[in-house]
Amino acid sequence: MSSSQGLRFKTYALLFLMISFGPLGDVLLGKGMKHIPSMAGWTPADLFHFFFDAFTSSTIWLGICSLTGFFIAYILVLSWADYSYVQPASALSYGIVALMGFLVLHEFVTPVRWAGILLICLGVFVVGHTAPRTTESN
Amino acid sequence: MLTAFIFYLLIIFSGTGGEMCVSRAMKTVGEVTDFRPRSIGRTILLALKVPWMWLGVGMMAVGFFSLLGMLSIANVSFVFPATALSYGVGALGGKFFLGERITAQRWAGVALVAIGVALVVIGKG
Repeated sequence: MSSSQGLRFKTYALLFLMISFGPLGDVLLGKGMKHIPSMAGWTPADLFHFFFDAFTSSTIWLGICSLTGFFIAYILVLSWADYSYVQPASALSYGIVALMGFLVLHEFVTPVRWAGILLICLGVFVVGHTAPRTTESN
Repeated sequence: MLTAFIFYLLIIFSGTGGEMCVSRAMKTVGEVTDFRPRSIGRTILLALKVPWMWLGVGMMAVGFFSLLGMLSIANVSFVFPATALSYGVGALGGKFFLGERITAQRWAGVALVAIGVALVVIGKG
């Protein structure tokens, strides 16, 4: 495997981990946040209650663990790949969440959403065909 | 309304700026070639010695808590499409802050992704 192919392979592998762990963490956090009361105000007591409720939720902790997996994959890929390459490529997770909802949960996907998924895939395809690294490596 | 606007600015600029600082820190650490857990742990420890990493994580934390705060006062269907702007900010930051070469092709891809992300969330129904 040439170094260019190797670079692409490990970039794609870590992006795959990112688009798996990221959405899972977001879903768990979103679910957890639904079960805690919204912030009543900006006093220290209000802030304390808000963060106390958030950090005593097991769903939120599961979400945080999943996002930690995402973050490790994210910093590793950024050790060689451009930020402007990784950031749009990781948006594939939006499309994957919608596709999984359609295929696994048989959710209805609106035409607007299909159009969005198509645009994301097209955008990631376009970005994916640029060089993952355009700066000097250390 | 003002609170939501402040949260929005923090999500976009603090969140994306933090990611760029992390990217700069990881470029300082150097390319990871060994993916065994011990080696990954060593890389993370090395990254924690770079000030850019701490600044980046701090800014990302501000962005993250702003997102949590915004989700508690606004609908997901509004919050996430609005944050699609971060892709444009990210590409600009990549060019001017990180010195990346953003070709016309990459700009086109970034624009498609940003519009696509906005449509996916708007079209949630």
